[in-house]
Amino acid sequence: MQGCRGAGVQGCRGAGVPQEQGSVESSIISTEIYLELRELSIRTIRERIAARTLSAVELCRAALDRIERLSELNAFITVTADAALARAEQIDRAAASGDPLPPLAGAIIAIKDNMVISGVRTTAGSRILFNYKPPYTATAVERLRQAGAIVVGKTNCDEFAMGSSNENSAYGPVKNPWDAARVPGGSSGGSAVAVAAGMATAALGSDTGGSIRQPASLCGVVGIKPTYGRVSRYGLIAFGSSLDQIGPLANSVEDVARILNSIAGRDSSDSTSSDIETDDYVAALEGDARGLRVGVPRQYYGEGLDPEVRAHIEAAIKKFEEMGAEIVDVGLPHTEYAVPVYYLIATAEASSNLARYDGVRYGFRAEEAPTLKEMYSRTRDQGFGAEVKRRIMLGTYALSAGYYDAYYGKAQKVRSLIESDFRNAFASCDVIATPTSPTPAFRLGEKTDDPLEMYLSDIYTITVNLAGVPGVSLPCGLSSEGLPIGIQLIGRHFDEARLLRAARNLERAIAFNSKPGAVENL
Amino acid sequence: MPITKDDVENIAMLARLELTDEETEAFTRQLGSILDYIDKLDELDTADVPRISPCSTASGDTEYARRDDVVRPGLGQRLATENAPDAEAGYFKVPKVIGG
Repeated sequence: MQGCRGAGVQGCRGAGVPQEQGSVESSIISTEIYLELRELSIRTIRERIAARTLSAVELCRAALDRIERLSELNAFITVTADAALARAEQIDRAAASGDPLPPLAGAIIAIKDNMVISGVRTTAGSRILFNYKPPYTATAVERLRQAGAIVVGKTNCDEFAMGSSNENSAYGPVKNPWDAARVPGGSSGGSAVAVAAGMATAALGSDTGGSIRQPASLCGVVGIKPTYGRVSRYGLIAFGSSLDQIGPLANSVEDVARILNSIAGRDSSDSTSSDIETDDYVAALEGDARGLRVGVPRQYYGEGLDPEVRAHIEAAIKKFEEMGAEIVDVGLPHTEYAVPVYYLIATAEASSNLARYDGVRYGFRAEEAPTLKEMYSRTRDQGFGAEVKRRIMLGTYALSAGYYDAYYGKAQKVRSLIESDFRNAFASCDVIATPTSPTPAFRLGEKTDDPLEMYLSDIYTITVNLAGVPGVSLPCGLSSEGLPIGIQLIGRHFDEARLLRAARNLERAIAFNSKPGAVENL
Repeated sequence: MPITKDDVENIAMLARLELTDEETEAFTRQLGSILDYIDKLDELDTADVPRISPCSTASGDTEYARRDDVVRPGLGQRLATENAPDAEAGYFKVPKVIGG
């Protein structure tokens, strides 16, 4: 396998993924497998590699071929072909010698490009980090590797994870595989597309206000934002530190549970990671939904919700009822304040976190600045995109002298009211069911001129980050235009086990098995 | 309270962003409408509401996380300066500081 020619590095743009110079035979096998990549669960991959009916190298080549063929979707910023194939060879060797395989052996995983991997370019979708090669690896990525996963590359995302459409990336927008004229959602759009279009078995994303769940919904895959503190954020490029959380996207609830098993748990390198015991999230999937109390908050079904989305969510809730769950009316009365609270807290934290990008220690530096101060401000103006600057400005304002109490202080108080809403609701239910996004995927460019309208597309997901609870999105149907619709289930703090069991039961009842067709015509 | 062009220029200075005239104009307009929306929070009387701890947990535990203070190896000068736009002999190089 050739690397990125001449670059001397393993990272290169998706469009430049080199073709395998292998035989005709291997490309036939690859074709056969890539048609199946979306069908192969993590468990099946491991079992078939152990039984020697599937080779990790062939699976990896199939993924790389698929990434190359679908480069127009722009899902990847960097593809780590050489390292992935070397890892796959190790796994095949272990299987050949009859060694027991680790739990994620052979699973092809894509990593959002805001998580660092030692020696692999990490951009966070920003020009300001266009050439950054981190000297260390994120804990979540390291744990996936330890568990036998094959990291195939870094996925495109909104710059510093700020956005709901993936149109804020300095490396170009990502396109939705269900309709390439539409957005995949954001900010983990590349991760959602990699899974939906069969370029990877699963992916890691990060979620500050819906950035895993909303793209999962718009691309027809499963994505979970775990409880704040459940997964280590060491090596995740910080955006809103009291909200950020890493989580998996995959084709099934079982696969996200399997990945969560590998990445959850205390990490001494992240002091906000929790030492509360983890569960076996795969074992927890067993059991039916009888007696489960499903809360339906009326505040999430009002103005702005697309009628088709509403109909699908209501049908899904009906399925819960048919399975013997109890449907409970709950109130989350402060929901309407969540967007303003979020856009104060997240931007205030971002303005502080992004102060480190100053052109001194890494990344882009503006040319020809005569003084240090001008070097800082020109580097930041040229290195950041419009949305990032807008949020830094808003956050700086919210924290500035004379406004701190009126904005940031007020937002923190209302945030505690929102968290109380959830605690009160969970006194009478076990999970809460809502839409993930008010609409299916919108068109590229449709909302770019109106930041506020873009912010409102996160209205059902940001409350979950503000309260710190876990939320999962899973597909529950297609719109009349053939676009996926996601339902969000929300659980109690650190109750991912029950949340995923509820999701597994609903997934089985809905039996969503549509696949994006648009990609096959690219 | 409405946000003015002067406010935007002042915030940009604090945030170390050298905005173009077009950006200053656009941000004045956009931040104005976002702040109008945010003023919705004034509807709520929060005099008796506690501020949330930024990193509260399920147990409501708001103790600061502590660890033992043990010496561990750092990155070292070579790795620490490897990504710098300009570095020499283990130091970061920047334009002149005085006179700016």
